[in-house]
Amino acid sequence: MATPTLEKNGTAEAGFADTPYITATFRIRRFNPEVSDEAQWQDFQISIDPKERVLDALHKIKWELDGTLTFRRSCAHGICGSDAMRINGKNRLACKTLIKDINPEKPILIEAIKGLTVLKDLVVDMDPFFQAYRDVMPFLITKGNEPTRERLQSPEDRERFDDTTKCILCAACTSSCPVFWNDGQYFGPAAIVNAHRFIFDSRDEGGEQRLEILNDRDGVWRCRTTFNCTDACPRGIEVTKAIQEVKRALITRRF
Amino acid sequence: MSAETSSSSAISDVEGVSLYDVDHPAPVIEPPRKRTGKTPKGSRTNFEMYAWLFMRLSGIVLVVLVIGHLLIQLVLDGGVSKIGFAFVAGRWASPFWQVWDLAMLWLAMLHGANGLRTVINDYAERDNTRFWLKMLLYTATVFTVLLGTLVIFTFDPNIR
Ligand code: HEM
Ligand code: SF4
Ligand code: FES
Repeated sequence: MATPTLEKNGTAEAGFADTPYITATFRIRRFNPEVSDEAQWQDFQISIDPKERVLDALHKIKWELDGTLTFRRSCAHGICGSDAMRINGKNRLACKTLIKDINPEKPILIEAIKGLTVLKDLVVDMDPFFQAYRDVMPFLITKGNEPTRERLQSPEDRERFDDTTKCILCAACTSSCPVFWNDGQYFGPAAIVNAHRFIFDSRDEGGEQRLEILNDRDGVWRCRTTFNCTDACPRGIEVTKAIQEVKRALITRRF
Repeated sequence: MSAETSSSSAISDVEGVSLYDVDHPAPVIEPPRKRTGKTPKGSRTNFEMYAWLFMRLSGIVLVVLVIGHLLIQLVLDGGVSKIGFAFVAGRWASPFWQVWDLAMLWLAMLHGANGLRTVINDYAERDNTRFWLKMLLYTATVFTVLLGTLVIFTFDPNIR
């Protein structure tokens, strides 16, 4: 947000061809239960440098046009996972999506992620999401005495689950999954990714328990290989592949 | 995107009277069957795994069976026009085609039924609806499989 603001409202005049600013419309799905039981699309026209991010546009709207606009963000740099939202129909982090990459010629649609209760504007209730995360026991489980030094691991063993260590729990994947939209009991991609991170960790001894949990009716077998999750993940994790690896581990465990 | 858009403050009501305020917020829309701390734990059987495997394996076999079936019935040797009582009777005289059709009947029925079970699990929200839809599905499946099997084995080319 270090860019100086040239004009107050979106009337970038013709003739100033050298300004990087363009006028873009942000069409945001608003919901405020203290005013109405219905959600509505609201348009905001702002002038903004297209090299800025959707999060910068949201800031600009909140700080300069409508302070009631509600959304989550903390780090603003793709680390905390607070600002996953549906941008032009795809789940993205607002802080990692450049405006120039999502065709600012047309109105840019922004709404809350799906499959979770919308509390206000872009803020959803994340409890069911984190419940599924808790249910796969996302912590190191070991037996026996604690070693006196760190638990060593070969680079190859570390590489085995490297991809799934990158998760920031933004819920972009889980809330892009059509199975999750229809049935919130499904663990969802993010929980499976975080189970994968421990199942394939050579230092962990709770893999069997986690596999058993994911062998459940609401576990990996509900995955229909839609690939929405892989497409949504802002960390580039191959989410669907991780789910398939858990399926394969379950099958090879039996046969 | 069908919802209306407006450029003014969209969520303030038009008439100036609202049913909802800070102390009486509107109900929020909960997602279907959300996960809570009280969500029951799994059943510890491998049923879902076998069902998943069955879909892939039966699918592979069905590719051969169904495409072969369609070719024979609809494309080769004169197409549909050749199909008649005599054509069916002639094929079922051979145990090979009896086994072919029996395998196709069982695999397609079980594959389709399991597929629909998945669909019901997805879309039927209430436990009761889910239960009764599945009962209907299982009844129809058992009936069709048994009737088909009966016909394949007891078919009499001389009924007329
Ligand atoms: C021709 C060869 C076929 C192949 C290779 C095949 C393969 C598959 C596979 C792999 C699935 C599981 C999809 C998933 O869970 O991700 C599936 C689902 C399904 N199949 Fe088949 N199938 C075939 C024929 C049939 C036939 C003949 C029927 C109808 C009797 C049928 C009905 C269904 C249904 C209803 C589903 C569930 C759809 C869903 O999960 O949304 N299939 N099929
Ligand atoms: S796997 Fe990717 S999309 Fe899913 S919660 Fe983790 S970081 Fe977000
Ligand atoms: S604000 Fe932290 S990930 Fe986007």
